[in-house]
Amino acid sequence: MSRGLRLIPIILLVWILLTFAWKLIQPEDSTVRSQLVNREVPQFALPAGVPGTPALSSADLATGEPRLLNFFASWCVPCVAEAPTLERMRAQGVKIDGIAVRDTPGAVAAFLDRHGNPYQRIGADRHSSVQLALGSSGVPETFVVDGKGVIRFQFLGPIGSADLPTVMRELEKAK
Amino acid sequence: MRPLLVAVGLALAAPVFAQSNLPPSYWAYRQLPDPKQEARAQALMEELRCLVCQGQSIADSDADLAGDMRDLVRRRIAAGENPAQIRAWLIERYGDWISYRPTADPINWPLWATPILLLIFGGAIAATKLKRRRG
Repeated sequence: MSRGLRLIPIILLVWILLTFAWKLIQPEDSTVRSQLVNREVPQFALPAGVPGTPALSSADLATGEPRLLNFFASWCVPCVAEAPTLERMRAQGVKIDGIAVRDTPGAVAAFLDRHGNPYQRIGADRHSSVQLALGSSGVPETFVVDGKGVIRFQFLGPIGSADLPTVMRELEKAK
Repeated sequence: MRPLLVAVGLALAAPVFAQSNLPPSYWAYRQLPDPKQEARAQALMEELRCLVCQGQSIADSDADLAGDMRDLVRRRIAAGENPAQIRAWLIERYGDWISYRPTADPINWPLWATPILLLIFGGAIAATKLKRRRG
């Protein structure tokens, strides 16, 4: 066998090892982005998530101006951290609708009593079906929806005060 | 005293992924009554990736969201949808990432080609060895 041919397995082995090493060095990114950005919000109609705040359907999102659609839950710890930022945005005039994932009206009410209610409407997504329909993979997660009901941006995880400019910019862009 | 405390602590601790406020969805841990439909649902669920415990299939995961995905799969199969349609619906939302079955996209061509190349390579080695022995 020629010498070059004999080198092939070694080259392959080194190549595989280098691939492993490279992948191990790369920081892990476990976020799953929705493919529905720049597509219309899928149709849905959810019952009210809490007494006293109106229910939410996809038709409520196309209001002629951009809005935030926030997936949250009373059992979600990072959602507590996000609450003050949402409250600040509401105070700045941002329209926010909420979807309470796998939650009970009583628990949602207690959560909002404690951490504030920045939402104009809240839908109850008892089987994560709307979450799955929107390509969302957890709580909290926030979508910017433009005036025509088209998804323009997805933010994964809690919006901290450092992320506020990003979200405000995306809202401005969606106008 | 200490073991007792640990036992009580373990008994009170909430399971890590079953943490939402609602019980599992109806079809999350229930098989479809029609065995053929259940087999199709099971085969699909084993090829769908869990969004929470990434690396597990939704058939293997006890995360609430995986349970809700199993509920979705079984509900749609029972309603007469075929597995390919359900897979396409999820890929439309989450990308190819959600499905474990490799696609025929160009990025996977090396994957499909490797067995063939290895076969040719092995065949070539065998051929040269055999030729040398004969000569």
